[in-house]
Amino acid sequence: MNRGRMWTVARTDLLQLFQARDFWIPMGALGAIFFLVIPVILLLSITSVGDIAAVQQLSDAVAILPASAQAKIPSVTSGGSEVSDAGRAAYALAVYLLAPVAVVVPLTISTAVGAATIVGERERGTGEFLAHSPADVTEIYVGKLIASIVPGYATALVGFGIYSLIVNLTVGPEVGGWFFPTEQWWLLMLLVVPPFVLLTLSLVLRLSARVKSTAAAQQASGLVTLPLIIVAYSQSTGALLDSPSVTVGIGLAAWALALFSLIVNIRSVTRARLLGVGDEQ
Amino acid sequence: MSDPLPPALVDLRGVHRSFGDVAALTALDLQATEGAITVLLGPNGAGKTTAIRMITGALRPDAGTVRVFGMDPAVDGEAVRLRCGVVSAKPALYDRLSGWDNLRYSAELYGMGRHVDDRIASCATRFGIEGALDQQVGGFSTGMKTRLALTRSILHDPDLLLYDEPTSGLDPESAYAVLDLIRQMSSDGRTVIMCTHLLAEAEGLADRIIVLEDGTSVLAGTHEELARRYWPEAMVRIATEDPAAVEVLRGAPGVLGIGGDGVAEIRLDDPARVPDLVTALAASGARITRVEPHRPTLEDVYFAIRQERRTAPAPGAPPPPPGGGGPRAAEVVS
Repeated sequence: MNRGRMWTVARTDLLQLFQARDFWIPMGALGAIFFLVIPVILLLSITSVGDIAAVQQLSDAVAILPASAQAKIPSVTSGGSEVSDAGRAAYALAVYLLAPVAVVVPLTISTAVGAATIVGERERGTGEFLAHSPADVTEIYVGKLIASIVPGYATALVGFGIYSLIVNLTVGPEVGGWFFPTEQWWLLMLLVVPPFVLLTLSLVLRLSARVKSTAAAQQASGLVTLPLIIVAYSQSTGALLDSPSVTVGIGLAAWALALFSLIVNIRSVTRARLLGVGDEQ
Repeated sequence: MSDPLPPALVDLRGVHRSFGDVAALTALDLQATEGAITVLLGPNGAGKTTAIRMITGALRPDAGTVRVFGMDPAVDGEAVRLRCGVVSAKPALYDRLSGWDNLRYSAELYGMGRHVDDRIASCATRFGIEGALDQQVGGFSTGMKTRLALTRSILHDPDLLLYDEPTSGLDPESAYAVLDLIRQMSSDGRTVIMCTHLLAEAEGLADRIIVLEDGTSVLAGTHEELARRYWPEAMVRIATEDPAAVEVLRGAPGVLGIGGDGVAEIRLDDPARVPDLVTALAASGARITRVEPHRPTLEDVYFAIRQERRTAPAPGAPPPPPGGGGPRAAEVVS
């Protein structure tokens, strides 16, 4: 495989995406809603506004968390003062309950990109250019996979940075200082989320290579992505609630599954499919 | 059948290709010689585009052999495609990218690296679009898109150019310019294979014509060879003030027959006899108003082929040509 050509395909696809305002404005908006707007409203309503009902509901939710997770919620600050109920509720919200947004955002964005990536070449007629080019179909597949993963994962990482800042600024004073990201959030973002994105995209690109239109690709991708989002959501939450070794285990298992899916699907792009004339290996 | 042509740069023999139940190519034979412009001529659905796709290895044949530069594109696809420049029926450009970025993308895929701006600029200048390269391609006119696609096709200095209806959708002036550029590229020593269903376009351009129909090549040769197949004798049209005056030519040396209505159509064994006929007519006192050697156009030839195919008694059985007997200069390939 010629890596130069693979990166060329990836870079050109990304360049096209960022030339399209109709793509990156909704992408930015989605990231902002999940990583900025919702956390700011929820955390400020607890820590600054002192919404009693919200604090009570969160305290009830904290009570049903596993004991190991509850034990990590600080009750005393480093200065020796007691952490308020609002502070403990905000900590639990920030660390445990908002975790799945880190999964939902990259999967949603990357799926939207990936679903259109190959069938889109066919619809625009540019598949003909790629089919006649010296690029190997594997280079095209991997290049497009990278170009589909990068926008979602990059948005998630940037959002994660912003989210960390918000959490530390709003909850940090309540619990005695900046504490976020926790060790398990690092593991979640760097070890658990990427393989779930890769797994999903490897399947979505296969669909994109096989269906006849972008609309059909979006529909079919939804069917694949929704269960994966649910699995990723539950696994991410579990990873955060349990010990770091469990998080690592979940991450490694997800990587193994993702790599298997990649190997199975890497040949799903064929020149005949780029031309839109049917199947051929 | 003997092949009088030099070794073919592109050589397809007995190629079959189906898409489901639809046969796109059926025993296609196609040869293109180095440095020549070969035009694939045929109606929509004749198999021209599929033939181009076979040549680059974008599609593989179900049966038959494909050799390009002596290689099998199904095996040595990358090596073959690196030496081909393709313009497909739709220009296949990325509308959201600028002209520069479209060309850089191609340059990188063809292994030219990222520092190719000088090469891009010189190629774009050749096609007259150097001033538009900064613009997004989505805003280009059809003619500009075609020029950009042509620029992209020669960027990596290919040996073989494959053009699939490159003048489709262009106004006459732009089409003429594109054909002129194709002629120039052939004169640079490149081999060109071009698909078209526009007869006038093929007539002015082709060194060799291959007529395709229903996925197979029905006839191949130069324009003259194809014309001779259907009009084996030379013909001259002569008009006189008194139409009966031409009767004096009956029995004259080299005259094979006189027909026509109003304007005499005189079949000859050799076009060089035309001055003798004119002299004989003038000596007889006839007043000549017009002398026109008849050279069948490609359109004449094409419709003769089509008519022959329609009236063929059985598939594969060569029917008698409409112009009578005589030598078969063109190569009947099916």
